[in-house]
Amino acid sequence: MRLPLLAALSLVAAPALAAGWEDTLAAAKGQTVYWHAWGGDDRTNSFIEWASSELEAEYGVTIAQVKLSDTAEAVTRVVAEKAAGQTEGGAVDLIWINGGNFLSMKEQGLLYGPFLNELPNARYLDLTEGGAAVTDFTIPTEGYESPWRLARFVLTYDSARVTEPPHSMAELLAWSAAHPGRFTHPSVSNFMGATFLKQALVELARDPSTLASPPTEEAFSAETEPLWVWYDALRPTLWREGKAFPENESIQQQMLNDGEVDFTMAFDPAAAAAAVEKGLLPDSVRSYAPTAGSIGNISFVAIPFNAAHKEAAMVVANFLLDPEVQARAQDIRVLGSYSVLDPARLDTAETAAFAALPGSAALPSNAALGRTLPEPHPGWMTRIAEEWARRYTE
Amino acid sequence: MTVREGRALRILVLTAVVGALVLPIMAGLFETARAAFGYLPVVGADHLSLAPWRRLADLPGLRASIILTLWTGFAATILSLFMAFALAGRVWMHSGGKRLRALALPLLAAPHAAMAIGLAFLIAPSGWIARVISPWATGWQVPPGIATVHDPGGIALILGLIVKEVPFLLLMILSVLAQIKAREQAAAARALGYSPQTVWTKILVPQIYRLIRLPVFATLAFALSVVDMALILGPTQPPTLAVAMTRWFVAADTRLLMPASAAAILLAALAMLSVALWILGERVMGALNRRRIVGGARRGWPIAVGAATGQVLLWLGTAALIALLVWSLAWRWSFPNGLPESWSVTAWMRGGWWIALKQSLFLGTVTVLVSVTLSVLWLEGETRAGLARARWASALIYLPLMVPQAAFLFGLSVAFLRGGIGAGHFAVMWGQALFVYPYVMLALSDPWHALDRRLDRTAASLGAGPWRRLFRVKLPILLRPILTAAAIGFAVSVAQYLPTLLLGAGRVTTLTTEAVTLASGSDRRVTGVFAVLLAAMPLVGFGLAFAIPALFYRNRRGLSGGRA
Repeated sequence: MRLPLLAALSLVAAPALAAGWEDTLAAAKGQTVYWHAWGGDDRTNSFIEWASSELEAEYGVTIAQVKLSDTAEAVTRVVAEKAAGQTEGGAVDLIWINGGNFLSMKEQGLLYGPFLNELPNARYLDLTEGGAAVTDFTIPTEGYESPWRLARFVLTYDSARVTEPPHSMAELLAWSAAHPGRFTHPSVSNFMGATFLKQALVELARDPSTLASPPTEEAFSAETEPLWVWYDALRPTLWREGKAFPENESIQQQMLNDGEVDFTMAFDPAAAAAAVEKGLLPDSVRSYAPTAGSIGNISFVAIPFNAAHKEAAMVVANFLLDPEVQARAQDIRVLGSYSVLDPARLDTAETAAFAALPGSAALPSNAALGRTLPEPHPGWMTRIAEEWARRYTE
Repeated sequence: MTVREGRALRILVLTAVVGALVLPIMAGLFETARAAFGYLPVVGADHLSLAPWRRLADLPGLRASIILTLWTGFAATILSLFMAFALAGRVWMHSGGKRLRALALPLLAAPHAAMAIGLAFLIAPSGWIARVISPWATGWQVPPGIATVHDPGGIALILGLIVKEVPFLLLMILSVLAQIKAREQAAAARALGYSPQTVWTKILVPQIYRLIRLPVFATLAFALSVVDMALILGPTQPPTLAVAMTRWFVAADTRLLMPASAAAILLAALAMLSVALWILGERVMGALNRRRIVGGARRGWPIAVGAATGQVLLWLGTAALIALLVWSLAWRWSFPNGLPESWSVTAWMRGGWWIALKQSLFLGTVTVLVSVTLSVLWLEGETRAGLARARWASALIYLPLMVPQAAFLFGLSVAFLRGGIGAGHFAVMWGQALFVYPYVMLALSDPWHALDRRLDRTAASLGAGPWRRLFRVKLPILLRPILTAAAIGFAVSVAQYLPTLLLGAGRVTTLTTEAVTLASGSDRRVTGVFAVLLAAMPLVGFGLAFAIPALFYRNRRGLSGGRA
């Protein structure tokens, strides 16, 4: 890592900015960032450990990852601190966040910022209004969070057992009806389960453009009606007749490995390839997105209003946007998470680093991934999850 | 002189217990209750209302969650009690207690989370049992579509609870058996023509039961409010009330904090109601049994069935712990192979467990030291006053075991913050000690009171002061029960899930929190490593509690008067 070089470059490029940034670096030195991040993925955990050792060497900043089983735990923590009047020295310095959790924290004034423009590496991002790097589930981020990894919805199956995987929600229903008990999705109270329903909604809605704004009563019942018709037919064909669901996609991945079901899903195109590498899936698995495309979004990091180590948290956020770090994250042997940077803003050497990354049979080609569909407004996800619980909880 | 000193000591210890145990629980309950009635300023709620309760009532699946909670809690407690008495009866009649103890102790020691993970590895459709009997006996090439874990009826959860509670109740029963002059009574009854089985069921069981009522109540309250085991084995759609409540507490939508608090209060009320129901049940059973007992029939209920079932479950629990070890050493293990195709120590080599292990060790040691000190001082206060424990004092001590933890933990985290205690080690230590202390007291009270008073008096007549008598006479003699109580306390500390999670703000990661998080992950091998360590730690504690007195007393066997 030649990070000092990059820092020096940014000094030349924007002296005024860099002076402020120098102060941030000085203040950050010696601090430990309590990064609350979902801990269910080992590779992400290792990546964060690696980032910590790099940051310690370069800036004297270390990361202590607080492994969450659900991001909302961190939100609850900040809420409890605010309830107790703790406006500084909070337990949470940085949160891996997006969607509903971000909206909830932003609306309640629980976030520090805007800080994105203070990060030197933000210049590698496409900051155009409405762009993917500054929009979180249709909500403008307004500098209150910084992107770090790109996610896309994919389905994964075992090609040793499934020869013709379904390419649309209608085909999926037909496949599941022909193979009862072999398809399922994570519990809808879980992010991945709700994302599956959202993917179906985007594909089945009468007018997908309505999904960009918060759902009104009318729009909700009109747009989700085809979804529920489809789901009513699908549910009895699911694993355990749709009366129980795996808790999350990790459990479902294990079920695919055990042969208990034939599909799993992920919000990360490289998840299956990574699992093969670790001996967690057979090497016959393949990932793909439905023909019409799949929803995708960017994951962010945000800093709570009362974080004890804001400067160091910003140093971490900036580090995550470094092209070399992003290229490392995209390496299938490391994380396999696609870069959030704007390729047009990278120089030749930086672009070459991405081109040199290795591939894998379980890694979908760009063609198999197809188009990225926009996320609906977060209100839809909340409403869908509630409505699903109302309809299908006995 | 002694009486006055005893009073000062008693007041000191009482103050410590009230201040450190009772007040935090009350404050936690108060904050939770306020939130349940609409007072949680941070989400813009600052006047009391019933809205959270209406919201709770409207949440889907609430009724089913309540029914599931009661069903799993009562079924697990009743069956555990039945099997524990049956097993103890068999031991009493035919001996074999040593082997049974050896089988039960690792199961008692293993934290609920580790046992739950092991059982899931064992009984799931893709579990070890299905692998061993497939495909040759079953024809299954892929795991069968049967819900054996997370089943909607909660059978897996009940099974898990029984596997954990039978050893607990069994060891309780065996330890009080020695207190009640069982042999003499049996001889008298046998002379009247009662069979050993009838002696057991009609004469001994009622007497023993009276002495283990508190542990039974604690078992019931625990079964109703358990979170970690219910997360791993219990129904999901809908889950038990404790799990549903935990989900609402950590939901993204912070408006759910208030209905979640209402659910916590509801759970506490359910637990209290259940204990009341249980007491009512005791009365009814008592009346029925009295008629049977005085009826003079020389036949009792068949305990062979209960003992055999209990025995099978104990073996199942043991197999579950072995399954953890096997998985931790596997590389690829596909269905339906009976054993892994390839082995590897990769999961052990990664070393992430070391930090969690140190953390668990540290928290366990500190909470045990505090709890044992406080317990010894309390008991010494009782001895000096020459008083039996008042009922209110028992209620104070066992309060944390009677109130479901979930009911006060969220409020406690708010109260701690208000008091300037941030989330972290100190808060977790305090939170864990709330549960460690009652168990240490529970384990230590009887051996303490059973100590031969003449030793104390002899020492006094030789001129030893009260503190000298405590340190030079009582504590050395009671070394074994004290260490056993410490080992129990250590096991309790290591097993704590919710307090560690909520009061540590996730910063304090122990083997338990890591194992539960990993159990919802995709790598059984890594989960296996953490669960093996989790199960082994308390066992090492019990091993030390056994080995140290043996070493200490190697030349003075007669001194080990305290019963463990």
